[in-house]
Amino acid sequence: MREKVIIVLSGLAALVLAHNLYVMLLVLPDEAAQGAIFRIIFFHVPAAWTALLGFLAAAVASAFYLARKNLRYDAFAVAVTETALAFAAANLATGMIWGRIIWGIWWTWDPRLTSMLVCWLLYAGYLMLRRAVEDPTQRARIAAVFSIFACVDVPIVFFSIRWWRTQHPQPVVWGGGSMDPAYWNMLFANWAPLLLLGAALAAIRMRQEEQQRRLEALRRQAHAW
Amino acid sequence: MRAPAGERAIDGEVGLRDGGRRPSGWLRASLTVVVKDLRAELRTKEALNASLAFSIVVLLLFSFAFEPSVEETRALGGGLLWLVFAFAGVLILNRSFARELPNDCLDGLLASPLSPAALYAGKAVANFLLLMAVELVGLAVFGVFYNAAWTGRFWPLMGVVAMGTWAMTAVGTLFSALTVNLRLRELMLPLLVYPLLVPALLAAIQLTGPLALGQPFASDMIVWLRLLAAFDVIFTALALALIDAVLVG
Amino acid sequence: MNVIELDDVWKFYGDFPALRQISLRVEAGSCLALLGRNGAGKTTLLRILAGLSREGRGRVRVLGGSPRRQQARASIGVLGHGLSLYDELSALENLTLFGRLYNLKEPLRRARQWLERTGLSSVANARVRDFSRGMRQRLAIARAFLHEPELLLLDEPFTALDDLAVGVLQDLLRQARNEGRTTVISTHQVREALELASDVALLVRGRLAFQGERTGEMLEDPGWLYRRYGEAA
Repeated sequence: MREKVIIVLSGLAALVLAHNLYVMLLVLPDEAAQGAIFRIIFFHVPAAWTALLGFLAAAVASAFYLARKNLRYDAFAVAVTETALAFAAANLATGMIWGRIIWGIWWTWDPRLTSMLVCWLLYAGYLMLRRAVEDPTQRARIAAVFSIFACVDVPIVFFSIRWWRTQHPQPVVWGGGSMDPAYWNMLFANWAPLLLLGAALAAIRMRQEEQQRRLEALRRQAHAW
Repeated sequence: MRAPAGERAIDGEVGLRDGGRRPSGWLRASLTVVVKDLRAELRTKEALNASLAFSIVVLLLFSFAFEPSVEETRALGGGLLWLVFAFAGVLILNRSFARELPNDCLDGLLASPLSPAALYAGKAVANFLLLMAVELVGLAVFGVFYNAAWTGRFWPLMGVVAMGTWAMTAVGTLFSALTVNLRLRELMLPLLVYPLLVPALLAAIQLTGPLALGQPFASDMIVWLRLLAAFDVIFTALALALIDAVLVG
Repeated sequence: MNVIELDDVWKFYGDFPALRQISLRVEAGSCLALLGRNGAGKTTLLRILAGLSREGRGRVRVLGGSPRRQQARASIGVLGHGLSLYDELSALENLTLFGRLYNLKEPLRRARQWLERTGLSSVANARVRDFSRGMRQRLAIARAFLHEPELLLLDEPFTALDDLAVGVLQDLLRQARNEGRTTVISTHQVREALELASDVALLVRGRLAFQGERTGEMLEDPGWLYRRYGEAA
């Protein structure tokens, strides 16, 4: 059943992506100021949205775990967090490429990019934390607490770095604000396949996590008894 | 329900003898923990000495490496001070729950009527006091070697340093509890805590910059003060809410 | 009157069940010897009773409610493997600290009383770091009994105890029994524990293989229980 869901999600993602790519590359005109490379925004921004959504979902799952103690929630949390980390990395990479092409430098301390970097480090810490705990129940509990802390911190990080950059302005990758409606539509339209892809990846990872857990239990049983 | 010790109290439920007890107080329990931690640390002075030595050495090294002028000190002073405080703080925070590991003392504490929240609060306050002491020494050294008139705006500076230090100890004490049983504990604590503290450190740095040189900060800096205060409140509340889940598995 | 009531209690580490379907009743005033091999789950069970660990499934009632309640913890005395003593503090400071944590009215006086009872008055102000193993054990015993608990939970207390400490502990446990307090001692079929016990429970691979009164037969031949209900000795 799970496999079917994964296949359907991936298939849909591929279809929508193919359609979007066609529109992006062949239908939409180049952006006035930044030229062809501006199209990277259709991946750069939705990747960030997907990552942030993932962090939030992980925190919610973590809270459920602490309340219900069902390890399913923990598997969901780690799966979604890892997927979100991948999308955050994609956001950082596309941002850096864009900056390199537009400004000639790899890193400009753009507020959003900087905030995403801090978040990436934070959640990379989540994965390291999990590695450091042997017992799955303890691991779930500790990771859940961390996930909640991290998620509460995310908006505070974004706000503080944005304010910091307002006081000390630097070149900005994408100022936001006004943009052609066709571009806005494509931004949201391309979010869909990224979300679908994210869901598929998370589902795969979640299944792997649950099987891993069962395996560990069997191994322990064999040794202990 | 109350019966002299040695006699059985019959109460329908299991008779709980009152072994000469007073009603429990959250505050008193916390205070017991504060005193215990401070006493233990002041006896061995392990973390305190490491912390002090580290602060002084880094401040000195930085002044050798960069020989900052007055303008440069003004620009970099806040950042330098808080980097030093953050690294020195971790040395103290790591010790915080780690001192409960030998002889399973943590179990002894958790099995007692002491609530995990009171334990956390007591340790956070003890860490706060220790770190503030280290920071005061750090400020004195900074004043001497960087010719900084940090006593110029003493009370505002103390206020900012206290709020920033509380942010570190509120979060750091919880994470000390979180990482106490982990492999590579000394490494995990800073790796997890620093990214989390970025907003608080940023705010503290912006505010301390001018204050450490005896100058007032600009009015548009008030937002940093609010951010720091909000950070302190939010994360203290979160820590108090989650400490039970962290300590009792 | 049941001091301890466990109903279908499980404890999981991941998907691995360390405790399975534990249903247990311990009456007030009784002394339960909890037997089992290493890894059978004795320490896990005791930690749940002490409120140090949460059950995964099932119902745990200690002294009328959850062992995590403050009133419950105030009336439970715990002696674990680690002894729970602070090396940097003196014997008196250790006991006074725990006296305060257990909300005793006169922690200092009570601490001194117990130092005397366990023969440690002469070293009251010495750091625990400098104590011999036997002295530490006696201090730990003092710490566990300090607040006159209704329920005592002792994890393999007779292991590696010196003679003096064994004597002190046995006296205290006999007195506790006479005062109607309840005791649970986990043990590796040690004679001292079986002598004191009124009831016996055997844990095998996380399950309660046997629960009942301690008979003379068990005292004569402690391995009997294992052969009958558990794996071969």
